Amino acid sequence: MEELVNLFHGFAVALQPFNIMVMLVGIVLGVVIGVLPGLGGANGVAILLPLTFSMPPTSAIIMLSCIYWGALFGGAITSILFNIPGEPWSVATTFDGYPMAQQGKAGEALTAAFTSSFVGALFAVIMITLVAPLVANFALQFGPAEKFAVYFLAFCSFVGLSKEPPFKTIAAMMMGFALAAVGLDSITGQLRLTFGFTELLNGFDFLIAVIGLFGIGEILLTMEEGLNFRGGNAKINLRVVLQTWKTLPTYWMTSLRSCVIGCWMGITPAGATPASFMSYGITKRVAKNGHNFGNGEIEGVIAPETAAHAAGTAALLPMLSLGVPGSPTAAVLLGGLLIWGLQPGPMLFVEQKEFVWGLIASMYLGNLVGLVVVLTCVPIFAAILRVPFSIIAPLILVLCAIGAYSVHSSTFDVMLMLIFGVLGYLLKKCNYPLAPLVLAIVLGDKAEEAFRQSLLGSQGSLGVFFSNGLVSTIMVFGLIALFWSAVQQGYTRLRAAVA
Amino acid sequence: MNTNSPEAAGPTHKTVEAGITLLIALFGVVVIIGSLKAGINWGAEGPRAGFFPFYVGLFIVVSSAINLRDVLRGENDGLFAEWGQLRQVMSVVIPTTIYVGAIPFTGLYVASMIFIGWFMRWLGKYNWLTVTAVAIGMPVVTYFIFERWFLVPLPKGPLEEWLGL
Repeated sequence: MEELVNLFHGFAVALQPFNIMVMLVGIVLGVVIGVLPGLGGANGVAILLPLTFSMPPTSAIIMLSCIYWGALFGGAITSILFNIPGEPWSVATTFDGYPMAQQGKAGEALTAAFTSSFVGALFAVIMITLVAPLVANFALQFGPAEKFAVYFLAFCSFVGLSKEPPFKTIAAMMMGFALAAVGLDSITGQLRLTFGFTELLNGFDFLIAVIGLFGIGEILLTMEEGLNFRGGNAKINLRVVLQTWKTLPTYWMTSLRSCVIGCWMGITPAGATPASFMSYGITKRVAKNGHNFGNGEIEGVIAPETAAHAAGTAALLPMLSLGVPGSPTAAVLLGGLLIWGLQPGPMLFVEQKEFVWGLIASMYLGNLVGLVVVLTCVPIFAAILRVPFSIIAPLILVLCAIGAYSVHSSTFDVMLMLIFGVLGYLLKKCNYPLAPLVLAIVLGDKAEEAFRQSLLGSQGSLGVFFSNGLVSTIMVFGLIALFWSAVQQGYTRLRAAVA
Repeated sequence: MNTNSPEAAGPTHKTVEAGITLLIALFGVVVIIGSLKAGINWGAEGPRAGFFPFYVGLFIVVSSAINLRDVLRGENDGLFAEWGQLRQVMSVVIPTTIYVGAIPFTGLYVASMIFIGWFMRWLGKYNWLTVTAVAIGMPVVTYFIFERWFLVPLPKGPLEEWLGL
């Protein structure tokens, strides 16, 4: 019951006029970011992070998380109307959303997408409200070995669950760890991997990497494809919305399944993109109209949107309660916490009650506000896409430069951003996943610290990671996740051999 | 090469990916060398600074070796991109490099105006009126949002000094 009281206090915080205004600004900015190519949740939040330096932390996190919700909503608009996914997690939405728009059912598709997004997010927020305090409470007993085991599990899930080849995921992840190690070693105070460059004393900031890899890299990819937008008009009126809402409850099973898939994929750091594909795939297999998927089935819009939004929201659960972000955007939010002087992890729930519960309450309100905003303003947002890319591209590049500079007021960072951008373009083309790279830069120092402290306690024996039931369990889960695809393959082969 | 027509020519995916894999491996080697310099054994306060990155570097090299093997064995005979597409990409990379390099000297605002103006005029072929409006408007709006409202200072050059901003 204590949680309920805390949540009500949270609502009191989130409902302050200034915070409501911040929420609205965040949602609108977020939808714009989600609609524009080259600006996504992660780098959009990273670019706008400096604007929050002078705000109180609670308002700052409300604004940034609302940008995130907005971006999640915005991705669907471009997928359905233009067949261009504004965000990777809305690729699956194009499969049935765009055909629906072509058949003149854009309004239905958009309403279904937005409503499903809302349902997915709501499910995930309720889960966070109930589960996060328990997890945080549990995690308070963690020693360094358990902490390292949690990081180990997080990174192993990347290797096992991502659709990229496992050794590419490992290579990308390890590059992130190496970049995180550059500079001052936090334990011994010794310099390492700087090779005499004074610019590298403080190491690589992951915000610069995010802006470069996701922002600049995405622009370069878009340039290569030579985008020209073509698409139908967005018309949504109250009648269409109400009619669509009447039909939605019949798909409750799809929604529920997608919520569960989304939450699961969001907590294990696989993220919104695989969640949306997985949900679409499973629904296609079990749905009555599954054979007609791809020709404009409304269920084919509901499934990926619900899962993507649930996953995007659920990614904040491990970020808040364990200090392990479940997605690149959650990682940027975690970076924000550090900048505002808050220590992410279980202690947040003890020391920063107002902050945590204000954020959780703002998730309920933010998604509701988001739903209203996108339903009423779709035509305006769709019009943004008609602004030609040769105007939008330089503006986004300038914004990226501003964002990169203002993190540390350093022009060297702007050059680094560009290098990361070209790197991001090449890696993406070669099918290397970028999310584990970014998460490794964020968590590298903490993971290493936990690892070294555990070894120090055990005099260098790796047995410390299997020294008690709790840490062994987490490590074993990590190993299962690591070899998940191999296990699956082996199982399929075994069954084929038996049959 | 899957086709012989001139417009579909370009570097093969295999070549580029093999090159990138080698670059990643090289990065791993650099990390290993740096770690060895920092010391990878145990010191007075436990594992020394190079201990963790050393193994990270080792992982990079080993996984790159496996990736390289997969690339060379792979059946992907497609193009990485056509030359025309790469030219498009370079038409963004080169001016952006100049832009980023100019910021320390001209300040962000002047560099941004020239960059946006160039981009719109050269790639977008807009008339000068539109070009001027966007190229000057965006940095001015930025100035008010960042420096005035949110108090985030951005790099300035001689022009801003002369204007007394």
